[in-house]
Amino acid sequence: MKTDVLIIGAGGAGLVAALHAKEAGVDVKVLTKEYPTRSQTCMAQGGMNAVLPNSEADSIEAHIANTLKSAHGEADEEAVRFMCGEAPNAVAWLDSIGVCFSRTEEGVIAQRALGGASAPRACYAQDYTGLKILHTLYDKCLKEAISIESEKIFLSLLKDTHGTVCGAEILDLKSGEVEHYLAKAVIVATGGYSRIYDANSTNSTASTGDGIAIASRAGAKLIDMEFVQFHPTGLKNSSILISESARGEGGYLLNSKGERFTDELQPRDALSRAIDAEIQKGEDVFLDIRHLGEEFIDKALPQERKLAKLYENVDPVHELLPIRPVAHYTMGGIVVDHTSQTTLEGLFACGECANHRVHGANRLGGNSLLEIIVFGKEAGLHAAKYAQAQSFRTPIENEQSLLRVIDAYTNELDFYAKHQELGDLLYEKLGIVRTQCGLEELQTFISQTFEALPRMGVSDTAKAYNTNRKEFLEFINMLEVSRAVVDGALQRKQSCGAHYMREEDV
Amino acid sequence: MKVFIKRGEHFVEYALHTPNTTLLTLLNTIKKEQDPSLSFSSGCRSSVCGSCAMRVNDVEVLACAYKVQDGDRVEPLKNMPIIRDLVVDMQKAYSFNRLSKAWLSELKKEAKLDESATAINALQSDCILCGACYSACPVYSVNEEFLGPFSLTRVWKYVSDKREQQIQEKIDTIQNNGVWDCTLCNGCTVVCPQGISSKADIEKLRVKSTMAGYSDPSFAQSFGDFGSFDGIPIF
Repeated sequence: MKTDVLIIGAGGAGLVAALHAKEAGVDVKVLTKEYPTRSQTCMAQGGMNAVLPNSEADSIEAHIANTLKSAHGEADEEAVRFMCGEAPNAVAWLDSIGVCFSRTEEGVIAQRALGGASAPRACYAQDYTGLKILHTLYDKCLKEAISIESEKIFLSLLKDTHGTVCGAEILDLKSGEVEHYLAKAVIVATGGYSRIYDANSTNSTASTGDGIAIASRAGAKLIDMEFVQFHPTGLKNSSILISESARGEGGYLLNSKGERFTDELQPRDALSRAIDAEIQKGEDVFLDIRHLGEEFIDKALPQERKLAKLYENVDPVHELLPIRPVAHYTMGGIVVDHTSQTTLEGLFACGECANHRVHGANRLGGNSLLEIIVFGKEAGLHAAKYAQAQSFRTPIENEQSLLRVIDAYTNELDFYAKHQELGDLLYEKLGIVRTQCGLEELQTFISQTFEALPRMGVSDTAKAYNTNRKEFLEFINMLEVSRAVVDGALQRKQSCGAHYMREEDV
Repeated sequence: MKVFIKRGEHFVEYALHTPNTTLLTLLNTIKKEQDPSLSFSSGCRSSVCGSCAMRVNDVEVLACAYKVQDGDRVEPLKNMPIIRDLVVDMQKAYSFNRLSKAWLSELKKEAKLDESATAINALQSDCILCGACYSACPVYSVNEEFLGPFSLTRVWKYVSDKREQQIQEKIDTIQNNGVWDCTLCNGCTVVCPQGISSKADIEKLRVKSTMAGYSDPSFAQSFGDFGSFDGIPIF
């Protein structure tokens, strides 16, 4: 199978890249391990930041300043300027392909305030901004006859004798067969790695950092992996996200004594630490929105009410919602230059798996949807341009396919239990507050787990549609990503944004 | 608590002590603690990704939004080939989005949207493509090429969008195996986790079709003997 540009991942970033690469005149093919509308992008609720034309209350300079402030000096100002400057075009483009943004009575795209923004800047589509953007992108891909293949598991990158990336090795989940896709350029758009924290994350179970692990295995450099954003208000037992708007609209945070203990509207990293400190004292923490009233809650937070009842058996109209901070977004990722090319020739990256250095140490709410639209386009255009100057290359034989390696593993230890153990340890030691000593313990645990991998093989030996094997591959990817996150955290001695080292241990 | 899960030809009984839990949590527990070969799809666990639609006691549900009851019988969606256990192949179902041209065909540049214009199809654009409606649709037992509830809802979304220039093209596309094949049974509406009524959307598309000069072919057929119906509207 041959295509000019191969895109792995069909979330917002992947589909935007595909559309722009196709428009630039090359053949494209998109592969996804799920179906094209099931990606993490659909979970984005809040909105997409953009200073719209003729705005009096806001300016692109303010958007840049807010983004840089939140990034704690770890963002690339040029990249931030580019992203914020392109934001109005990105929204206009989405509007032109049919995204149903909410509007004001005057017919202007409605905007709301999110944390860290100096003006209402987030364009939204009710509480389903990501869902509606993703589905519209999918519809547009159908219109442009872009080939999207579902249930394709990314195994490794193919390289030629010069080390140039020239395709990907893929497991077809349905048949269990390994396939080679040859391409002049490959774009990785496989999403973030919040699920290394297992159940301590708001994310879809698919956010396993596959593309990051695989690119890294092939030699691509990673950066800032230690920057993981914890959302202050995940439901305590299920980690289901309770949107920031619950606090924006006036919700309180209370401890077990029913006392407010912090400013509910401070940035996510600081608020998560305040909540964590309270929990460490032995307190339970609750979100209280009872005073907002049933009518308001049903209008503004209907999803939240439904999910709280379902997962915590609590009705927030009458009761307190038990919450805790959980892993939500991963700022770190694959190193890319201003053309979205990685450190590997022929390999590009965009979306949460890439690090375009626009979020730095703490992402601003509303900038993730923006990033995938702006840099998805850049990755698509640059990969297309690159592909146009290339011819197909011959991959060197994969000396040892990962699949063959893991199929020889014995099944003595349960990797599901090990993932849970890893996730809980990461949450405790590489979570909101970190210590040198805790990170070292974690490093040892990860090394030991790597050593034990050959005894953690899958028990399901079926060839076709083996999800047990798929999940084991994801576990290996998460283990590799976890090692990179720990290494990054150990190298960064000073607290910065979402990476917080406890004083006495620094 | 006992639940019965259809695996291949038979229901397999599982005994668990997981009170007050979602079906998805229960399936994960079985997979991780009892049988790693149990196959099902899932993703966001908060009802937006559309991965975990299946049937419980003959009714379509999202596993992440359904609380398990003792004795529940869990099966894969209908009208789609079963791949393994609760996993179905949705390729053909998805292909109807392409066949029905469910996209914005041509942007009407002068279109001006306001709050009320966006309210018209806000609900239709909540669709998560879980396939529950497709599974519940009885038309597939007689016509496997029916464009189907979710694709037609998507078409209505674009037809009702003021930004669409090519309304006629959209209406032309959904005449064969489309709006007139629906029995208006409302089965899709009942199972939609997002509260969308494809049946109502199909009725609205029928009105648009009639305005565009089309008529119900079965109606025309039954009265065909009285006139010279040749596909051209007679009213």
